[in-house]
Amino acid sequence: METTAVKPQFSEAAQAEIKRLLTHYPDERRKSALLPVLHIAQAEFGGWVSPEVQDLVAEVLDIKPIEVYEVATFYTMFNLKPVGKHVLEICRTGPCMLRGSDELTAHLERITGAKVGGPASEDGLFTLKEVECLAACGFAPIVQVREKYYEQLDTPEAVDAMLTELRNQVHRPALPWEETGLPNALANN
Amino acid sequence: MGRKLLTEHINVEGINTFEVYRKHGGYRSVEKALKTMTPDEVVEEVKKSGLRGRGGAGFPTGMKWSFLAKPEGVPRYLVCNADESEPGTFKDRQLMSKLPHLLIEGMITSSYALGANTSYIYIRGELLYVLRILEKAIAEAYAAGFLGKNILGSGYDLDLHVHPGGGAYICGEETALLESLEGKRGNPRNKPPFPAVQGLYARPTVVNNVESIAAVPVIVNEGGDEYAKIGVGRSTGTKLISACGHLNKPGIYEIELGLPVEEFIYSDEYCGGIWKGRELKAVVAGGSSVPILPKELILKTAAGENRLMTYESLSDGGFVTGTMLGSGGFIAMDETTCIVRNTWNFSRFYHHESCGQCSPCREGTGWMEKVLHRLEHGHGHMEDIDLLVSVAKQIEGNTICPLGEAAAWPVAAAVRHFRHEFEWHVTHAKEAAQPGAVYRTNAVLA
Repeated sequence: METTAVKPQFSEAAQAEIKRLLTHYPDERRKSALLPVLHIAQAEFGGWVSPEVQDLVAEVLDIKPIEVYEVATFYTMFNLKPVGKHVLEICRTGPCMLRGSDELTAHLERITGAKVGGPASEDGLFTLKEVECLAACGFAPIVQVREKYYEQLDTPEAVDAMLTELRNQVHRPALPWEETGLPNALANN
Repeated sequence: MGRKLLTEHINVEGINTFEVYRKHGGYRSVEKALKTMTPDEVVEEVKKSGLRGRGGAGFPTGMKWSFLAKPEGVPRYLVCNADESEPGTFKDRQLMSKLPHLLIEGMITSSYALGANTSYIYIRGELLYVLRILEKAIAEAYAAGFLGKNILGSGYDLDLHVHPGGGAYICGEETALLESLEGKRGNPRNKPPFPAVQGLYARPTVVNNVESIAAVPVIVNEGGDEYAKIGVGRSTGTKLISACGHLNKPGIYEIELGLPVEEFIYSDEYCGGIWKGRELKAVVAGGSSVPILPKELILKTAAGENRLMTYESLSDGGFVTGTMLGSGGFIAMDETTCIVRNTWNFSRFYHHESCGQCSPCREGTGWMEKVLHRLEHGHGHMEDIDLLVSVAKQIEGNTICPLGEAAAWPVAAAVRHFRHEFEWHVTHAKEAAQPGAVYRTNAVLA
């Protein structure tokens, strides 16, 4: 696994958000905030959670690193390897398959050059990931990119529109507690 | 057109804001409950309504509430299950993103009934954008005095928080959900103790689906008896059906329970028939885990009665000729659908989503996926078909949580109703392995 050279640190905005989240749970139950904090960490540090980032999460919540590792590896949303700028999560489950998700996956592999489960496309823009049901079956086939659902991707035009929108994104969209969407990890580069 | 109890105002502009929602009668149930009713009276109305859990199991909500332990001085919790992940089901996402205040209103009224002072909405992590919508709406409700200390001067306090999951179907199982909310892997707990006695943080807890909670305001406003007048028999009220697959008009429909299945599929008011002018082949009526039925058996029961959208009618005939209403995830498949491929796809899903705790499920789902993969890809044997049934049987009833059954039922039902199609995948292996290949017949499939 790749490692980051310097110890990662949460941005001030993220620290404030974590502080807010911790008020949701009883004081002695800080661990409850683990999943929400992992989401923040993934957004902050370039779309994946390295072992160092997981250690940081443990430190912030005052729990043992193993308690973070076992959770980060259980839930499918957390990427444990470096990813491209945009992770395209393609739903592959029954209802999407009925409306063409297999064809969509093949199409995306062709035009991005990335392979499902493989490394990012050569330009570093796209990682392709197949996921299970995203609960939008009536609008199939679907791709999720961060917090946005792209629906009814059953024509090349619809797929192109999505990719164009993503290519034009200089930074990821800002989250509610941020002023800009500039990921911490990129800002440090 | 039937009555719309939940979604009447769903398309009103700005209904996601407190102001517009309130103008359309929102939060009346909170006022009524907190000012004129005792908590037990609210529970009583929900009992009278006959409301059954809308997440899939169909357990009476009022009864579930009455099981909640109430030891003196111990906090208790209401947790809303918004981990909608059952393939074919996408009603809660729509309800929460368009009508966030309906869920919040339901949470306040229900929390009051249960005596909870802190409540959580556990939403699947993929729906972070819906979490943002809910958090905004919750902030509005706090500002308006409907959340926080001494709500409407009643002396009742409530804090409401939204908590995201991380991508795991199993967290829709209520004890896995509670583990997840505690910051752990989503491994279902052994029961007893049930959550009503030891739930979140080992405190008494009720876990209810989004749609169940969203039905509480109308029940409190109009009374449980009024609500129970809608529907048929023990299937009272309205139900959100999320329709998908090969339909002309997939989407979310609020129906009065009792609507004939045939009308739901073919009427222009609802799904508008099968796309591309094709024939219907099969339906999975209540989310991927309920038994698949061929066209003949989804439209009419084995006795020749019209099949209705009710808990009872859909399960008429048991699993031999019936299915379940489940979560209302309605998946229609046209004549070009390969049942073996579809069953393999669902098996892959359950194998992927098994938490791995119980060996029958962890290993069994893997075996079913493997065997179905080889049948679909032209390497199957005749014995594989009975092997599938045998593995399914050995999972069923031998696991801590119902994911085992959820994985076993679709496989057993596919073989039950479409055995000839599995056999064709063995006898015509090469042909069957071609992309898009499908067994076609006019024979009665039951």
